[in-house]
Order: sequence, then structure tokens, then C-alpha cells
Amino acid sequence: MSRQTLLSINFGRAMIYLLLVAFALLYLAPLYVMITTSFKDIEEIRSGNLMAPPLSPTFYAWTKAWSSACTGSECEGLAPFFWNSVKIVVPAVAISTIIGAFNGYALAKWSFKGSEFLFGALLFGCFIPFQVILLPMAKLLGSLGLANTVTGLVMVHVIYGVAFTTLFFRNYYVGVPTELVRAAKLDGAGFLNTFRYIFLPLSTPIFVVTVIWQFTQIWNDFLFGVVYSGAGTQPITVALNNLVNTSVGGKEYNVDMAAAIIAALPTLVVYVVAGKYFVRGLTAGAVKG
Amino acid sequence: MLDYLEKHLPKIVLAPTTIAMIVCMYGFIAWTGLLSLTKSRMMPQWEFVGLDQYVRLFANPRWDVAVDNLFIFLILFIIIALILGLLLAIFLDQQIRAEGAIRTIYLYPMAISFIVTGTAWKWILNPGLGIEKLMNDWGFVGFEFRWLVEPDMAIYTIVIAAVWQSSGFVMALFLAGLRGVDDNLTKAAKIDGASTVRLYWHIILPLMRPVFFSAIVILTHIAIKSFDLVQALTGGGPGYSSDLPANFMYTFSFNRAQIGMGAASAMIMLFGVLAVLIPYLYSELREKK
Repeated sequence: MSRQTLLSINFGRAMIYLLLVAFALLYLAPLYVMITTSFKDIEEIRSGNLMAPPLSPTFYAWTKAWSSACTGSECEGLAPFFWNSVKIVVPAVAISTIIGAFNGYALAKWSFKGSEFLFGALLFGCFIPFQVILLPMAKLLGSLGLANTVTGLVMVHVIYGVAFTTLFFRNYYVGVPTELVRAAKLDGAGFLNTFRYIFLPLSTPIFVVTVIWQFTQIWNDFLFGVVYSGAGTQPITVALNNLVNTSVGGKEYNVDMAAAIIAALPTLVVYVVAGKYFVRGLTAGAVKG
Repeated sequence: MLDYLEKHLPKIVLAPTTIAMIVCMYGFIAWTGLLSLTKSRMMPQWEFVGLDQYVRLFANPRWDVAVDNLFIFLILFIIIALILGLLLAIFLDQQIRAEGAIRTIYLYPMAISFIVTGTAWKWILNPGLGIEKLMNDWGFVGFEFRWLVEPDMAIYTIVIAAVWQSSGFVMALFLAGLRGVDDNLTKAAKIDGASTVRLYWHIILPLMRPVFFSAIVILTHIAIKSFDLVQALTGGGPGYSSDLPANFMYTFSFNRAQIGMGAASAMIMLFGVLAVLIPYLYSELREKK
């Protein structure tokens, strides 16, 4: 290769790196702004600018966001709502994942007349805009006495999450050789034993993918939370929105940012720890859906 | 008896999901559809008035604004996210060092809820203290950026935040697609002397057709449902200038006691999703045959 082409190749690669890094900084900037703002006091926020690092970092905003900021009429910070979210997320994720595993297994390996149709009909549930079920579900929760309760929210999340979890497990189990099922049948294993001794041991990755997906979806949910929760049962997303829109005695952007980070932290941690599975969930839902 | 149970176990396992699906998806859609034909306001009442609610809906200037906004948002959001995602994926596909780290950075916003994203961007775009002040401090005196408080521009702030959140996901989709391209194809093209640009434009991009399709469907789906982002970033304001149909539906159903019209708007949203989804599923199924 002549020196000139080598030079232009190097120049090209340098440009690519430059662009990639520039975009990485662009994507990181909001996080940087959130973190630095949360450690500034309100004086510094008014006198400085977005990108300026905090000169005398303070935990004031964090303490306030967690334990004393006002989210509407009560002023107990985000803490109670954080635990509400935990109480909603843990059972909803567990139940919808387990149901999805059995559904997916049945649909993938024990097909019967109409099972394909059933799967197609269920898949449709991944796509409907939830606005179309909001009103009747409110009525149903009301008549079951579950309006404004954690149990009601768990139920809603399970019902509308099962379409996704079933899709994940079904697509995963379709790839398991059917000979395994036949062999197990010959050995006298039925539906449950085949699942327990053959499918369950193979299922760790898809369980991780599904749990992460459901966790992210339900933790980040706002629509169901804002419609079906009451004063004491609101999830953290709803509380965060209330906190930002409650301005008792002047706007405190540092508290807003600390609160936003608190609300985002659980899913961000999961993403950093298990990003590979998170991406797999996203693309599995997308490419195969 | 036990034999019978064993034989029908797959169906028994799927029964609860099937019932929930029939009642809570299809039944509820029918319920909402019926409700949209009644004169219900605060409570459901079954006095049918034909398409009156739809006539009122389309005569409502606020719905008009919401639909116009959806089109602006949809078109800009999809085009920008697609271009950005594709470019980043192509650049990342050039044997980049630290690819994993860069990819993680591009994708982390996807793990965050729209409420957090909205809260963060509300602060970044703050007319007095946000980007405007930053640019002024950096020497661009007189720089103005007040889209959040300008009725004509507020919808574009939603586009900015949504692109920041979702373009990394589009990148991941395209990257997965690019990794699936046969290496021999690119080698052959290079031997034939095709330039990198021509290689991508004429050979690789046409292969990405299915990825484009899924990305568009998913982004449309995100856009039609996005309710949280508007709620957190602009609250639909100033006035109702940045409302989307989902916000209209929520406001009229739960704050304005107009559930008949709320149901009508939800049905229109469903039809919108179906208009995108059905051609997509149709082409998917045809390809499989």
C-alpha cells in the first residue's frame, strides 16, 4: 500500500473513533449532569452551569430526596415509594416468569389443536396500547376490592406481562430438540417430570433474560401505577413525578436529580451487572416478536 | 382419572392464561369499544349514542393537537433514531477497540424509565438555568433555548429525549443484524474493489431490510404508547401544546370524567397500532412460507 492510502485509512479510523467517543460523551452527558447537580447546593446551581463540577459537594439533596421531600401532600421523601415498588415488582416478576415458563414449555413442546392460534392471540397482547384496557381494568379492580392496592397492581402487571414471558420461554424452548421430549416420554416421564428434569436445567439463561426484562418493565412502569394506585401504594415512578411537580418553597433541582437517580438506580445496576442479558431480552422481544 | 389429568395437563396449564387473555385483553377491548358508543361521562352508562363520541373527539381541538403532535413526534423520532442507530452500528462494526464499553454507554438510557428521562431533560432544557446558561457561560452570549416553554416547540423536546433514550436500542438491533452478514460477501465485494461506502449502500443495507422493519414497528409502538415521557417532561404543556393521544386519553378518562370520549380515543389508538402491525405481521408470515 502506498503511504497515501495508509494515511487516509488511518485518518478514516481516527474519525470513526472520534465520532464514537463524541457520541459516547453525548449519551453520558445527561447522567453526568444529573449526578453533579444532585451534589450541588441551590446557590451553586443558580450561579454555575450544567457542566460545572460541584465545588463543595453536599449530600443535602440526597437525604432530602430519600426521606423528607414532598410528593404531593405528604413529605416523607421517596423511601416509602421505593419499598412500594419493591413490593409490587418482586411478586409480579416471580409470578409472571413462572407462568411464562410453563406456558412457553406447553406451547413449544406439547402442542395441541389450536395451540398455535392461542400463541398468536397471546402475542397480540405484546402490542396493544394499554389505553384500550385501562377503563375496564379499573372497573374490574374496583369490583374485586383491589382498587388502589399493591395486590391489584401486582395482578395487572402479571396479566399483561405474561404475554411477554410466554413469548420468551416459548421461543427458547422451541430450540430444544424434540427428541429429548420423546426419549423422556419413553422413559415414562410425563409433562411435569420432563419439564423438571430436562427443561429446567437448561433454562438458566432464559430465566435471567425474562426476570431482567420483567423487572425493568415493571419497575419503570408509570401508566398502571398512576391509574391504579392510591395514596399509600404509589410506585416510585409516580412519586418521582409528583415530587418534581410539587414545589413547596422554590424549586430544588438538586433534589429532583437525586430523586431521579434513586428511581433509576435499581434498573441501572441490573443493566451494568447483567447488560448482556438485558440486550438479549430486548432483541429477543424485538426480532422474534 | 390421573391419566386423563396427565393427558390434558398442557391445556390445564395454559387455561388460566387463556381465560385471562380472553377476558382482560379481548373482552376488555370489546368493553372499551362498546363504551365508546355510549354517552358515559363519570361512570359507565349503557345508553348508546352511535358514533357521537368519535364525532365529538374529532371536533375537539385538543385531540387535533395531540394527533398532529403524534405525527410530528413519530416521523422525527423514527427517522432520527434509525439514522443515528444505523450509523453508530456501522461505525461500531469496524473492529473497534473497547466496543463492549461503548455499546454499554449507548444502550444504558434504555434501562431507565421515561419518567426519569423526562425529569433529567426537563432540568437540562430548563430555559433559565439549563443549556441556555451553559452556552452563555461558554461565550455564546445571547444564545436562547426555550423550547420547553414555547407552545410551538415543546413537542420537539419530547423528540430529543426520546431519541436519547431509544437510539442505542436501534443501534443494538442493527449491530446484531450486521453481525449476521456473511463475511464472504463483504470479502468478495472488497476484492472486486468496491469502496466501503458502496459496499454498505448496495450490499449490506438491502440485507438489513428486516431489521429496518422491526425497528420501525418497535419505535412506532413506543411512540404511540409514550405517555410517561410527556407527563414528566412537559406535562403536555405549555397549555396542551405537547399532548400526545395517550395523554389525551388519560386526561379525559381520569381527570375530566369523560370516559366515553376517553374510550373513543383509546380505540383510535388501537386502530393506529393495528394499521402498522397488520402489514408487518402479514409480510413476516409471507416471508416464512
